[in-house]
Amino acid sequence: MTRIDDTFARLQSEGRRAFVAYVMAGDPDFETSKEIVRGLPGAGVDIIELGLPFTDPMADGATIQLAGQRALKGGQTLDRTLEIARHLRETDTTTPIVMMGYYNPIHSRGVETFLEQAKAAGIDGLIVVDLPPEEDEELCIPAQKAGLNFIRLATPTTDDARLPRVLQNTSGFVYYVSITGITGAAEAQAEAVAPEVARIKAETDLPVIVGFGVKTPETAKNIAAIADGTVVGSAIVNEIAQGKPVEEVLAFVKTLADGAHSA
Amino acid sequence: MANDLFNSFMTGPDENGRFGSFGGRFVSETLMPLILSLEAEYEKAKTDPSFWAEMDDLWAHYVGRPSPLYFAERLTEHLGGAKIYMKRDELNHTGAHKINNVLGQILLARRMGKTRIIAETGAGQHGVATATVCAKFGLKCVVYMGAHDVERQKPNVFRMRLLGAEVVPVTSGRGTLKDAMNDALRDWVTNVRDTFYCIGTVAGPHPYPAMVRDFQSIIGKEVREQMQAAEGRLPDTLIAAIGGGSNAMGLFYPFLDDKEVNIIGVEAGGKGVSEKMEHCASLAGGRPGVLHGNKTYLLQDDDGQILEGHSISAGLDYPGIGPEHAWLHEAKRASYVAITDDEALEAFKLSCALEGIIPALEPSHALAHVMKIAPELPKDHLLVMNMCGRGDKDIFTVAQHLGVDITK
Repeated sequence: MTRIDDTFARLQSEGRRAFVAYVMAGDPDFETSKEIVRGLPGAGVDIIELGLPFTDPMADGATIQLAGQRALKGGQTLDRTLEIARHLRETDTTTPIVMMGYYNPIHSRGVETFLEQAKAAGIDGLIVVDLPPEEDEELCIPAQKAGLNFIRLATPTTDDARLPRVLQNTSGFVYYVSITGITGAAEAQAEAVAPEVARIKAETDLPVIVGFGVKTPETAKNIAAIADGTVVGSAIVNEIAQGKPVEEVLAFVKTLADGAHSA
Repeated sequence: MANDLFNSFMTGPDENGRFGSFGGRFVSETLMPLILSLEAEYEKAKTDPSFWAEMDDLWAHYVGRPSPLYFAERLTEHLGGAKIYMKRDELNHTGAHKINNVLGQILLARRMGKTRIIAETGAGQHGVATATVCAKFGLKCVVYMGAHDVERQKPNVFRMRLLGAEVVPVTSGRGTLKDAMNDALRDWVTNVRDTFYCIGTVAGPHPYPAMVRDFQSIIGKEVREQMQAAEGRLPDTLIAAIGGGSNAMGLFYPFLDDKEVNIIGVEAGGKGVSEKMEHCASLAGGRPGVLHGNKTYLLQDDDGQILEGHSISAGLDYPGIGPEHAWLHEAKRASYVAITDDEALEAFKLSCALEGIIPALEPSHALAHVMKIAPELPKDHLLVMNMCGRGDKDIFTVAQHLGVDITK
């Protein structure tokens, strides 16, 4: 059992949906980012997705791209991203942290070294956008062996024939991408997503979380209602981009969390 | 030997799209099903005589193939060593080798029922070729081009627009080829159901590196026959410039199992291969990593962040290299060198002066290496360089570097 499994077990016993929040590590700067991440559990966030900045985020829209550029410009590195996780663990030992990003910074560090360091920093799971099941030997299988969850994206183009392959080495939860597109794109539509979530749940016992295109408390509620939870990323990053104080960012996060939890 | 599979360099990639440890399919799940169906479609087409009949017909009547293998007599005399041949792929319709590959991919897109074509372009040659073939077949065409490249390759931007393509300037990153490829991938992931991504080089997720190589291999196949006709034997040395590496792979591939043929790829050395990273020589100055769907040598910092290179040539301004080149480099079947901006400019001028051929800045890099090694080689040494593009598009850049203002 990982922190992620524990969290879903608890939420299920409480009859609640999960609210997952994404922030880019090091955005707008290292110190502020540490503070934001530490405040997320208090704002109602059940699982934290911590973005690992990368120069070439080819599945992300402008909002996350710019967040990554701000972070890198401020000197954010893999080490500093792990440092943000460690900083949270000083005050919170239960909220799962999922590191989300692209493979190259991890490959550059070396998979074995990275896994040891991530585990030691209190990271619980990984979402690596450019590692489909076809490349499981690279990181997915070593990560599972090291006791980290490897969370896979399922998408509208993942057809029935392919779905079992996508689910095969997935653990923790399944992240359903509500649209064919990049992050921060069009609003997700609950009616369109519901049958897709059902299709995935018919094939797995893992919780299904829906993300991409969730921007408001209302959408968070509607999407959470038809799944086991929802993710908001770009909408939160947008608040940070506007230079709002930490309390205001967290207050906004809380409105989203309340939306998802009211489902 | 060609018939000994265990020692062949021509059997890659494996079923996972790997050339040794390089290549692969590092893309988001949204694209994976499409990439698998593209692979299946390409496998079918590869053994379908009607596909190749259509290609041959277009190559002959639309592109103007075979391109000549030209003996550069005055250049040979001037350098005083090896006998220098130029493979004249700059004479193709649209002015470069790029169209060889575009035709193949567009025929596949038509077979797959895709109605919208997207492409990335650096120098603009691949964009022009894609816009051209889309015009011919009545397909919608969107070309992503770095804003910096839009600026330095204005004639090609205008050509693409004349041909009916939408040219999207990309401002993310530093606005060069790498950033254009990111935005093309973002478009593809958004419009995956009706859109075909026509990649211009031997990079990207499997099957692109193998597929683009196969389409470009017409270059090397022709050189084999033409050299046989001209000299009665195979060439001794092949030289080609490398950004992503498609013209080079096209020339090299049919000779990979002819061990006696010396193969040299020329990377863009920019202002010199040093720690300042003002170059685009991924093999000379980079290390293995994952970008744009494949594992290969990349210019990157210690933390795995991709670096912006520099080259006078927009077509070589890319921080990676096709995975098959990375493999050939490690397997030591081919050797790779770097040529600086200044050396390329000298070669550009020499080709104009001695042969009456205005080369693109990309093959000027290959020619610069010819200038370095030809004088030391015996007179019966047969050297082939790939003149993969013509220089009309580059005259503004060259004028600027020579301190001449031709805009007034």
